[in-house]
Amino acid sequence: MTSVVILDYGSGNVRSAQRAVETTGATVSISADFDEAMNCDALLVPGVGAFASCMAGLKNVRGDQIIGRRLAGSRPVLGICVGMQVLFEKSTEHAESGFHAGLNEWPGTVDQLTAPVLPHMGWNNVSCAPQSQMFTGIADERFYFVHSYAARNWELDPHEKLAAPKVSWSNHGENFVAAVENGPLWATQFHPEKSGDAGLTLLANWIAAIK
Amino acid sequence: MSVAIRVIPCLDVDAGRVVKGVNFENLADAGDPVELAKHYGDSGADELIFLDITASSANRETTIEMVKRTADVLFIPLTVGGGVRTVDDVDALLRAGADKVGINTAGLANPDLISLAASRFGDQCIVVSVDVRRSSSAPSGFEATTHGGRKSSGKDALEWIIEAAQRGAGEVLLNSMDADGTKNGYDLELIARVREVVDIPLIASGGAGKLSDFAPAVSAGANAVLAASVFHFMELSIAQVKDELRSTGIEVR
Repeated sequence: MTSVVILDYGSGNVRSAQRAVETTGATVSISADFDEAMNCDALLVPGVGAFASCMAGLKNVRGDQIIGRRLAGSRPVLGICVGMQVLFEKSTEHAESGFHAGLNEWPGTVDQLTAPVLPHMGWNNVSCAPQSQMFTGIADERFYFVHSYAARNWELDPHEKLAAPKVSWSNHGENFVAAVENGPLWATQFHPEKSGDAGLTLLANWIAAIK
Repeated sequence: MSVAIRVIPCLDVDAGRVVKGVNFENLADAGDPVELAKHYGDSGADELIFLDITASSANRETTIEMVKRTADVLFIPLTVGGGVRTVDDVDALLRAGADKVGINTAGLANPDLISLAASRFGDQCIVVSVDVRRSSSAPSGFEATTHGGRKSSGKDALEWIIEAAQRGAGEVLLNSMDADGTKNGYDLELIARVREVVDIPLIASGGAGKLSDFAPAVSAGANAVLAASVFHFMELSIAQVKDELRSTGIEVR
């Protein structure tokens, strides 16, 4: 049975995420323990609130090292919402001058969306990447978003030796990255654990891809 | 591609039980908030709101337990409001599994509560809930009330909503006390006036009685439409409301 750890670094409603991943048949625990987070089959990195406080919370539990080492060893990680945003190089959220540094797994900046109504709150469509595994069977569904910041560009240059990441997009006022599948590292700007049956299917697709 | 207009049922709960005439024949226990939440989730509701009307603070634990049990089976967003007085109250509800917390009376009495909760937990999970009544003494013509519309807070409703948004509220739940219970439609003027002054999402509440009431609220500026009794008494279904909105060109899930 697949074991999943939800990294517990002080980020909001992890109870729903636990119950949602459990519907896939995986065993799920909520933990900030370094070894547990390293040893599990798959790691889920949640995240709500401000970018800088999420980064500080992550570092408190050595989340930056956990994520980095897991990826170096091809071990699956899924970042959700701000748990996705921190994977980018930097964010301008509440940064009076300049930016807050992220984990820099991907180049690019997390910026405030330009839209008439913010936060972007509710169910939106996703333009799924071709051959997406994440969206198998749910390409036409809507997913639940709640955020004001996002990566508005995908800046990672293609590399002939590396499999191209699958990048899916959404739009609220402007286009932004809704989800990424990049080898062992997957991420969603929306909340699969709050996206009804479609979200549960997405989580099942994640667990299925691990085996 | 754009974000769908949300259709949101609201349940009044007292000491862990649903009150105010919920009437579903196919449920084993129509007073159980968990069973009703699941029913609405399966029926296509985009979110769910629990309004806790429990009078005694001794019953807060009951509410927390109810939220936990609901969050275990509900995979759509859940907002819980009513009786939220402190940052610790917000924390307890979020930890139990609420995604958003509504702040009403305590925010009017102590606006710092909005700022503190938003900075600690994020703007996206703080909903300012305002019970609005028309009043010639308020500069905008609308005042914020307490005690279910019976008492004036002394604050102008529009000024308060602007302040709450500046303090970090990520959404406004706009309850028209004039329209509430009339089933004559939402207060469209109120929705339009609030839409002009804030750019956070707006949930229209109060007055929904028939299918044709919903689209005008969206046209007036609502991002979500809330109703209670029409859903609970099965006068309208979530699917019917969505079909009606869709037929007028409004995007729904």
